[in-house]
Amino acid sequence: MNNNDIRKATIAVLVDNEPGVLARVIGLFSGRGYNIDSLTVSEVDSAAHYSRITVVTRGTEMIITQIKAQLGRLVPVHKVSDLSAEGPHVERELALVKVASTGEKRVEALRIADIFRARAVDSTIDSFVFEITGSSEKLSAFIDLMRPLGLADVSRTGVVAISRGPKAI
Amino acid sequence: MAKDRMTGSEMIVKALIDQGVDVIFGYPGGAVLPIYDAIFQQNHLRHILVRQEGGAVHAAEGYARSTGKVGVVLVTSGPGATNCVTGLTDALMDSIPIVCLTGQVPTHLIGNDAFQEADTVGITRPCTKHNYLVKDVNDLARTLHEAFHVAKSGRPGPVVVDLPKDVVTTEGTYIPPARARHRSYNPQVKGDIGRIEEAVALLAKAKRPLVYAGGGVINAGPAASQLLSSFVEMTNFPTTLTLMGLGAVPASSKNFLGMVGMHGSLEANMCMHDCDVMLCVGARFDDRVTGRIDAFSPNSKKIHIDIDASSINKNVPADVPIIGDCAYILEDLLKVWKARQAKPDGKALAAWWDKIETWRGRKSFAYKNSSEIIKPQYALDRLNAKLKGRDDVYITTEVGQHQMWAAQFIDFEKPNHWMTSGGLGTMGYGLPAAMGAQVAHPDALCIDVAGEASIMMNIQEMSTIAQYRLPVKVFILNNRWMGMVRQWQEFFFGGRYSESYMDSLPDFVKLAEAFGAVGLRVSDPAKLDDVIDEMIATPNAVIVDVEVDPAENVYPMIPAGAAHNQITMSPDDEAVLDADRREEGMVLV
Repeated sequence: MNNNDIRKATIAVLVDNEPGVLARVIGLFSGRGYNIDSLTVSEVDSAAHYSRITVVTRGTEMIITQIKAQLGRLVPVHKVSDLSAEGPHVERELALVKVASTGEKRVEALRIADIFRARAVDSTIDSFVFEITGSSEKLSAFIDLMRPLGLADVSRTGVVAISRGPKAI
Repeated sequence: MAKDRMTGSEMIVKALIDQGVDVIFGYPGGAVLPIYDAIFQQNHLRHILVRQEGGAVHAAEGYARSTGKVGVVLVTSGPGATNCVTGLTDALMDSIPIVCLTGQVPTHLIGNDAFQEADTVGITRPCTKHNYLVKDVNDLARTLHEAFHVAKSGRPGPVVVDLPKDVVTTEGTYIPPARARHRSYNPQVKGDIGRIEEAVALLAKAKRPLVYAGGGVINAGPAASQLLSSFVEMTNFPTTLTLMGLGAVPASSKNFLGMVGMHGSLEANMCMHDCDVMLCVGARFDDRVTGRIDAFSPNSKKIHIDIDASSINKNVPADVPIIGDCAYILEDLLKVWKARQAKPDGKALAAWWDKIETWRGRKSFAYKNSSEIIKPQYALDRLNAKLKGRDDVYITTEVGQHQMWAAQFIDFEKPNHWMTSGGLGTMGYGLPAAMGAQVAHPDALCIDVAGEASIMMNIQEMSTIAQYRLPVKVFILNNRWMGMVRQWQEFFFGGRYSESYMDSLPDFVKLAEAFGAVGLRVSDPAKLDDVIDEMIATPNAVIVDVEVDPAENVYPMIPAGAAHNQITMSPDDEAVLDADRREEGMVLV
């Protein structure tokens, strides 16, 4: 791989769950001009007060190394792991997709949802809310298919990721 | 009342004392009145009342840089905190350990746009190493101890602790430093021994080695400077220092090539360009050092020692990165070198030194002296001569031409005696920094080498200097211009001197007298020595107004965006400068 090639990186960051920690991470990305494609955060260990941030970014190898080093020196950061570089991992995203239509379009939406293993979690006579999980690409494909079928609203979580195998972050 | 029960304010005083603090720089205000009341009722902490909060941070920087201790600042909420932002950014860029305590409105008013409220943690997040908002008095002591730990360990930096008024008036339980929970923040200090062995192998094979060291060596403590000096002496490797690193190796060492970078010496910059192995210790390949990055030291293997992993491979790829504290790594480097009985390639080194001597022979800091008018370089040359042999001299500077000349002409034999705003380039740094150094070393000779423009930026601190009878000397190279701005306008903006002339300057002699200091003025080169002697001999604060040649420029110069071997040596060297008036070189960055 050429040094100037741009690659995608899914980075998992284990942080102290304290006020301002997300602002620190986001501020670092904006202040140093790095991209954020997606960012998710939630507490993962309430006893230890750990939150896990998953950030999807892109850049050259040098930039991604920089991002990791910059994240690593934030005081509340415990661990930084570039999942894309450190072996196989699983990435998942969840979306809630609202489709408002009637007649044949409504039937077609339900049929496609079935193919994508999306679940209807809300239904009225002229709308559905589908819940779908999978890779970001799968979600995007589903949303694109819903567009002509009455796509009304989309809410996506952003990517969460974890390495395969027994090893933790 | 149990011994460890006390109010937040009392806790702050106790925590500072337990952390070994003896001086704090500050300015009171509504939100910190309870803390000031606690300070009033004790005799262990000395408080220096500055005249503007920005001065407090720079003073704490001067104190920290000259002692190796953490500098402490106490200011009020809102404007008190926002006035600190420049100083905090300065300390972040130059890795100076500072703990800045800021007042805050009571917790129930936070977010209400209350009087003198500012989102201090929000504002200071990008300009501190870390910051805290303490919402519970029982977290206060632990947070303060942690703040000191964070400020001084790893790559040092400023830490803000924001203190709502209700938290400091409430009673809680104090915990001593030893019992404070040490969080995960424990930076690596020892370097990877495999990497160190690689570095030794590379250095022993080098034909054209160069040691390039910076402020990290100073931050690692005097031991690091000693280790570096003995390594350099043992190997006879040529050595250059950055602006922040001056003093890490004695200026009198035959191995010292002078400062590197935009206004560094010819020999230092040429060595950077031509070397085959570069040992970078505690420096960060700043753009003022590297010049054009794609033409930077094209044929060298680079060993980079830094405590901050994010400094490595940031600007220049390192072949052998070693993460850790310079002192520990240099110690191991010396051990491995000796254990392997490594010897530099004597023949190649001799040839390399021959080449260096020809560059040295061109005397790149030379200037044309005059008997009519004081050349700024001559003024510093003479000041340096008068300071020779003294080890109680602390020099600070403001920012601009005078700063570069001071770096070129004043010799530093030891670390911690030179304080300048390197990364941020903060005009107004020098006077309060000298004040802070003087507070730390009451009997020393603390001199702020200033320009007439910069000195005006924090001139109010003359009043602090008067109050505490600090014998700070201010040595103004007065050329009636923002000299460095004028220089760039001359070189890159067709001599259109837009807003760089310093009109309506005060009479600095009268100004000194107005602040109870001694004012001296000199314009005749023949009288310069006497005036410098008088300044040094005067037991009070002194402002010396040295009227210097307004047309003088700082040479040598590598224009921004040029390579090291495209250095301009003197005004007679115009051709080179012209060749480099490229797009990037035109931007004052």
